[in-house]
Amino acid sequence: MPLLKNNVLTPDSWISVEADGDLPGTGDVIVPLARLLRDWAGLSARGSRLGVRLSNTDRPEALGDVLPRLSLIVLPFPAFNDGRAYSIARSLREMGYAQELRATGNVLPDQLQFMLQVGFDAFEIGERFPLETWRKASRQMSLAYQRGLFRRGSEAEIWTERHTDAEPWLEQPHAG
Amino acid sequence: MYRYDEFDHQFVRERTNQFRDQTERRLSGALTEDEFRPLRLMNGLYLQLHAYMLRVAIPYGTLSGRQMRQLAWIAGKWDKGYGHFTTRQNIQYNWIKLEDAPDILDALADVEMHAIQTSGNCIRNVTTDHWAGAAADEIADPRPVGELLRQWSSLHPEFSFLPRKFKIAVTGAPHDRAAVKVHDIGLRLHKNEAGAAGWEVIVGGGLGRTPMVGVTVRDFLPQHELIGYLEAIMRVYNLHGRRDNKYKARIKILVHEIGAERFKAEVEAEYARRPHPATDVEERELARIAAYFAPPAFEKLPRWSASFEEAKLHSPDFARWAKNNLGPHRVDGYAIVNISLKPEGGIPGDATAGQMRVMADLAERHGNDELRVSHAQNIVLPHVRKDDLFTVWQALAEAGLAAANHGLAGDIIACPGLDYCALATARSIPVAQSISRKFADSKKQDEIGKLKINISGCINACGHHHVGHIGILGLDKKGEEFYQITLGGSSAENASIGTILGPGFAGHEVADAIETILDTYLKHREAGEEFLATYRRLGPRPFKEALYATA
Repeated sequence: MPLLKNNVLTPDSWISVEADGDLPGTGDVIVPLARLLRDWAGLSARGSRLGVRLSNTDRPEALGDVLPRLSLIVLPFPAFNDGRAYSIARSLREMGYAQELRATGNVLPDQLQFMLQVGFDAFEIGERFPLETWRKASRQMSLAYQRGLFRRGSEAEIWTERHTDAEPWLEQPHAG
Repeated sequence: MYRYDEFDHQFVRERTNQFRDQTERRLSGALTEDEFRPLRLMNGLYLQLHAYMLRVAIPYGTLSGRQMRQLAWIAGKWDKGYGHFTTRQNIQYNWIKLEDAPDILDALADVEMHAIQTSGNCIRNVTTDHWAGAAADEIADPRPVGELLRQWSSLHPEFSFLPRKFKIAVTGAPHDRAAVKVHDIGLRLHKNEAGAAGWEVIVGGGLGRTPMVGVTVRDFLPQHELIGYLEAIMRVYNLHGRRDNKYKARIKILVHEIGAERFKAEVEAEYARRPHPATDVEERELARIAAYFAPPAFEKLPRWSASFEEAKLHSPDFARWAKNNLGPHRVDGYAIVNISLKPEGGIPGDATAGQMRVMADLAERHGNDELRVSHAQNIVLPHVRKDDLFTVWQALAEAGLAAANHGLAGDIIACPGLDYCALATARSIPVAQSISRKFADSKKQDEIGKLKINISGCINACGHHHVGHIGILGLDKKGEEFYQITLGGSSAENASIGTILGPGFAGHEVADAIETILDTYLKHREAGEEFLATYRRLGPRPFKEALYATA
């Protein structure tokens, strides 16, 4: 599955492992939350990077102290209109998570900018749409009213721009 | 009134261009209808029974003359010469072609309007008191907060794919004309003992299949915390609202299922957990917006207008209209004019392009260039000098806009029903028309007094029948339309959900049934008692007996 990061297609070296699947000898692995919490000692001793796959009903707080040790979090869109992952993503960024945040499932170009704004920085995009459609979709709006979003390059926060001498809203972690 | 600055202009233009691109991709076949559907819905474009319907946002129901004139122009150019004002203070065009929609959005952007989020599972157009800024009982004009919320909710990336649609209403007056207790979130401004103003935050009210009155989650939220606190509520709903059944997906069901106390605890925990940045930008933004809503330069006038009193003496029709259709203004010598879009036998909320132009002219000439759309589907001129009322009334009468039934039996709220809507199970408009003909006699309407009749053409309740003093719900029974009657609903500060009276009626029987109910009221009422008060005193029994005794 091609992975879209910073508007370019990137190879995906991560190995996805199920709840009770065998771990490979080496390599970066993604496991479900339950397994991460259950096998934390073994997983963290492997000497390679660790990622977790959350479901829509997992609470980001459940990651607790493990959060700073993770290099990848995968959030699902079972359908494009199931918007729970937007809140989970923004929550994780607010908790200070600064590594890769990946959207998987029914990811569509017309939702790409919203996903970027809540902190996603990697996308499993499938092959339904050409790369140019995705690139265009990532910059349809150059402005947003809300504060505390995640922005790239020329995107502006309207309220902050209007009152430029005010304090910045919060320290924004750099995603990806 | 609020005016767009360069940012607002650019935002709406970019959004319109984005939709033009999406529409072109649909027309070329690059997008399937399933892929396009949510995109057009986010821009207010529905596919109805006969054509596309475009719902245009009228934020907090406020319009200038220029904007109203543009709505008239759009009705003439791209629709059949009329528009329909809705219970969410919006306007709908019922005969739109898909390929025209981007041009219409451009024409709206020319006058600082849009159709963003008038549909879809997102935060919808924020509504408020249609007398805002003019009402005698107001603590503060709620529209600056309405505008702040419009901006905050526009294309909010976290809250654009909620479990279901989300409606927020704001009131700044103790007498609730915005129905805040039957919204997903209702905000009510009030003062504490120290005289400071803060917001009561009410969550989980709603109508539809499961009508509920909302619960208070915060008694007194300081204004500067509003955005942060609303984000916490929205996040709890987005994460925990039901998505398995669209009829159980509104926030009221979540509040009901987990209980008000646990819901409050979830919101407070989320609010405490989130970063708490300084809110000086929000405060400055609200102050910037509020400056646009500064009261107009009212003239210093005596409370008593000799010309107004004299005109009433000479024209009984004008006197009757003045008695029913004027509201008390906060400033001496002024009145609030309620223009009824409910002529006898008409379609509630419909106005022709010509009528819209007349109203725009009157607003510019006599009303500080302001109009409001009320959730009762009427138009309001909020600031008119009493000396000008007779002139205004004459112009309205000439345009067929002088129905003197504001707040009376003829002022019926009705959804479009099966004449237009793909969801409806029965027609609403013909029932509204038959009732308004039944009570065409103005003396009878005056005798009955204040009354709210609401008609919905299906259980989704767009006509708000649950909160009508008399509610009428159209259903389908084996291919036949029939209508259930409820009594005792109210959307005001003493909100209540109406009770079903008994078996339903065929369409042609409804007007007679309403007459029987109202005759029963007239027989039993005490001096000065309005219909709702009599019903609350007596309960359904005498009405039931009168309706079903002979059957």
